[in-house]
Amino acid sequence: MELDKKLIGHTFKPFTTTVEAGKIRLFCKAIGEEDPIYSDEAAAKAAGYRGITAPLTFLRALQADDPNKGGLLRLLNVDIGLILHGEQHFEYFAPVVVGDKVTCQEKVVDIYDKKGGALWFVVQEMEMKDQTGKLVAKGKGVTVVRNPDAAKK
Amino acid sequence: MTTIPKFDQVKVGDELKPLVLPPVSRHQLALYCGGSGDHNPIHVDLDFAKKFGFKDVFAHGMLSMAFLGRLVTSYAPNNKVRKLGTRFTSITWVGDVITVSGKVTGKREENGEKLIELEVRCTNQNGQDTLQGNATVAAA
Repeated sequence: MELDKKLIGHTFKPFTTTVEAGKIRLFCKAIGEEDPIYSDEAAAKAAGYRGITAPLTFLRALQADDPNKGGLLRLLNVDIGLILHGEQHFEYFAPVVVGDKVTCQEKVVDIYDKKGGALWFVVQEMEMKDQTGKLVAKGKGVTVVRNPDAAKK
Repeated sequence: MTTIPKFDQVKVGDELKPLVLPPVSRHQLALYCGGSGDHNPIHVDLDFAKKFGFKDVFAHGMLSMAFLGRLVTSYAPNNKVRKLGTRFTSITWVGDVITVSGKVTGKREENGEKLIELEVRCTNQNGQDTLQGNATVAAA
C-alpha cells in the first residue's frame, strides 16, 4: 500500500450543518460533562454565552455531519479498520452555540510515511465559519494509516 | 461555573486539579460512537477490531481529547479557550482508568490579551501517557 502524494492540496466540498441541542446532550453524556452551559439555555446565557454552547471538541462531531462522510478514506482508498488518530488541534475564535449554522471546509495539506512505509500520515486542515461568514474555529488533524502490507514483508 | 483565571495570580508550574475518570466501558464507547458521529466499528464491534489485528475494541482518541477539554474548561471558561491540541500517544483500552492532569507552562501577552499556556495529558493506570497535549487560555 502506498498513498498518492498527488492528493496533497485536495479540497473537500464544504458543507453546512446546524448545531443541535440533542446532539450536544448525547455528546456530554458520553464524555461525562455536566456543566449546565452545555444543556440549559438559561444557565448558558447567565454565564455570558449566546445559547447552549458546544463543548470544545464537539467541533469534530460537527465535522462528522458531512453528508459525504468518509470522503478521505474513499479518496485514499483505505479501509476504515486501518486508521488511527495521530493528532488533533483546534484554534477557537468564537464559541459555537445551538442554532448556529456552521460551514466546514477541509483540505489535505500533507501526506508522508514513516518506518519505511509501514505507517502513513495524512494531515488535514479544517476551517469552520458561522452563518454570518465569521471564522469561528480552525482545526488540524493527523490520520495515521497502518499499512496492511508492512507485516507481510 | 468556571471563573476566569487571574493572570497576576497564576504562576508557571501551577498544577490544575486532576480529573480521575471512571474506567472506560463498552457502554461509554457506544455512547461516544453515537454522540460524536464517529461510527468507525473498531471502537464498538469486537469482531471488526479482531479482524484488523486488535485484541479488543479501544476508545476513540477524541473521547480522551474530550476529557482534556473537560480539564481545560474546569480551569478557564469555554469562551476563554483559544487553543487545544494533542498527540494521541498510545491506545486506551476498555477498563483503562484515565487521569487527566495539567500544569501552567507559560504566561504571555499577545494582541493585548493575557494568555496562559498549559500542558495537559491523559495517563492510564500504568502511568503511561495516552494523550500529550497543550492548551492556551485567556486570563483576566
